[in-house]
Amino acid sequence: MRNNEESERGRLHLMITRIVVYAILIFLSFLCLFFFYMLIINSTRSNAELQAGFSALPQGHFIENFKNAWTDASINIPRGMLNSFIIASCTAVLTTYFSALTAYGIHIYDFKLKKPAFLFIMAVMMIPPQVSAVGFIQLMFKLKLTNNYLPLIVPSIAAPVVFFYMKQYMESVLPIEIVESARIDGASEFRTFNQIVLPVMKPAIAVQMIFSFVQSWNNYFIPALLLDKAEMKTVPIMIAQLRSADYSKFDMGKVYMFILLAILPVLIVYLILSKFIIKGVTAGAVKG
Amino acid sequence: MSKPKKEIKGGNVSSGKWGYLFILPFFIAYTFCTLIPQLMTFYNSLFMNYRDGLTQVGPKFVGLQNYITLFTPDNSGSIGILKYFGNTIVLWLMGAVPQIVIAMLLAVFFTSYRLNIKGQQFFKTVIYMPNLIMASAFSMLFFTLFSPVGPVNQVLLASGWADKAIDFLNIKVSVRLLISLMNFLMWFGNTTILLMAGIQGIDQSLFEAAQIDGANSWQIFFKVTMPLLSPILVYTVITAMIGGLQMFDVPQILTNGRGMPNRSSMTMVMYLNNYLTTSKNYGMAGAVSVVLFIISAVLSLVVYSSLSKQYKEPKRHRKY
Repeated sequence: MRNNEESERGRLHLMITRIVVYAILIFLSFLCLFFFYMLIINSTRSNAELQAGFSALPQGHFIENFKNAWTDASINIPRGMLNSFIIASCTAVLTTYFSALTAYGIHIYDFKLKKPAFLFIMAVMMIPPQVSAVGFIQLMFKLKLTNNYLPLIVPSIAAPVVFFYMKQYMESVLPIEIVESARIDGASEFRTFNQIVLPVMKPAIAVQMIFSFVQSWNNYFIPALLLDKAEMKTVPIMIAQLRSADYSKFDMGKVYMFILLAILPVLIVYLILSKFIIKGVTAGAVKG
Repeated sequence: MSKPKKEIKGGNVSSGKWGYLFILPFFIAYTFCTLIPQLMTFYNSLFMNYRDGLTQVGPKFVGLQNYITLFTPDNSGSIGILKYFGNTIVLWLMGAVPQIVIAMLLAVFFTSYRLNIKGQQFFKTVIYMPNLIMASAFSMLFFTLFSPVGPVNQVLLASGWADKAIDFLNIKVSVRLLISLMNFLMWFGNTTILLMAGIQGIDQSLFEAAQIDGANSWQIFFKVTMPLLSPILVYTVITAMIGGLQMFDVPQILTNGRGMPNRSSMTMVMYLNNYLTTSKNYGMAGAVSVVLFIISAVLSLVVYSSLSKQYKEPKRHRKY
């Protein structure tokens, strides 16, 4: 009898806990989605409708807002998206390839400076990029490399965090036998890396490509200091430009559309690949 | 199909030549894009070098004068860099404390067999999403929603909760709350996922043993989960701190770079950015960078020692 009563109480307790937990989860999910929901709703409303008052339901001006934003004279958003896309894709390719190459060099070979090199990369991993910004900006001005894609792409060759991820991944999935058998087959060291090792690393490369693309797409600090020509500006710089303009004179429907366009590419990729991306966040942790 | 011996020997694992060659691009790029700029930054901090309108002042060697200027009280008697460092810490704490507490809570919920939460993939997808959103666009969205003519004020006015529009962006508390809310939303999902992985990495039999011994959920959490999770927790807190030190995009866009009201939401990197934009004051910007470097180097050392001790897990630099 007492056992029954106890399990009854336990079940009730569990049910209440569950209800509270689901309530918290739903509240937090609501908080995460609400602002984006408002963004999407507001991007379907005309300026007059937006001035008139709040609405939680979409209206029919999405296409019109899109046309207005896309063809705006002062903020050339298609150009901005193209610039951001070029910079972010090149960054994603360079950073993953060279990080994998560096990780492979340290993982497979034995050489005198192997340990110091590894320790050095680990030590600089946590230094914020802003700390070297002054010298970097100055150097780029001296080399006349402002309003150029290169200073925003080339530094990604040295990405300690991506390197560390690749190194961790190699330790768990890359057996030395694969490399050795490729050597016995007479493949050169460089070819072994490109044709044998890279395919094995595909999942890690894909994850890091997505993360570095997103990070570069969203990057604001350094690009804002180096790009001031209208046709070179990236999306975050345009968003900042929007903020510094006198917003009360703006067509608000267009403003919401600009914001939506800025986040849309990443949002779409995320919705398609969310499972894969979320796994990627912890892949290093699980394997470490 | 045997190949000449020479080739095998040349490609031996112990052959270091290839190792050097493979890590060379990284070190060249690092030297030119980070190391030399870093040294230039330090060097600059010892010079007077800025633009005043159209005239260029300096560069002229002034020793530690920039640092003295940095720590000299201004007309109102406050020391700029200390104030902005304080702002950065306050803004970070307001976002990071709920971020870590809630993430911890969610990680325990998601990994609990007893609770057996359904729809985990959905919840994880939703709470992680803000992490990938462009911080400046997110901040601009908050600006439009909370502006005096934005939807939030429209609702407040229409419902009679306020008789005139509230200027959220000119009230110290509300600006700070908005910045922390954004930072919280952008990072709690990420932290949840990291802590979940940490909990899943704990040997399940320890939980079972505790349960058999009659421990309740609280006891299990504080006596088993927490101690075993502490290395990853320390790591999460410190990397979040280094990220917080870099806080820039969100407050910069929300306040249009002014850190209003009365510079109460001006962060360290915003301060640095101000020196770099119009006046191109490389001297003062260099001095601010050195201060930032010292703070993050101290934090890095702590991470580095905790990292080499127990737990290995890379984390991207937080971007705000």
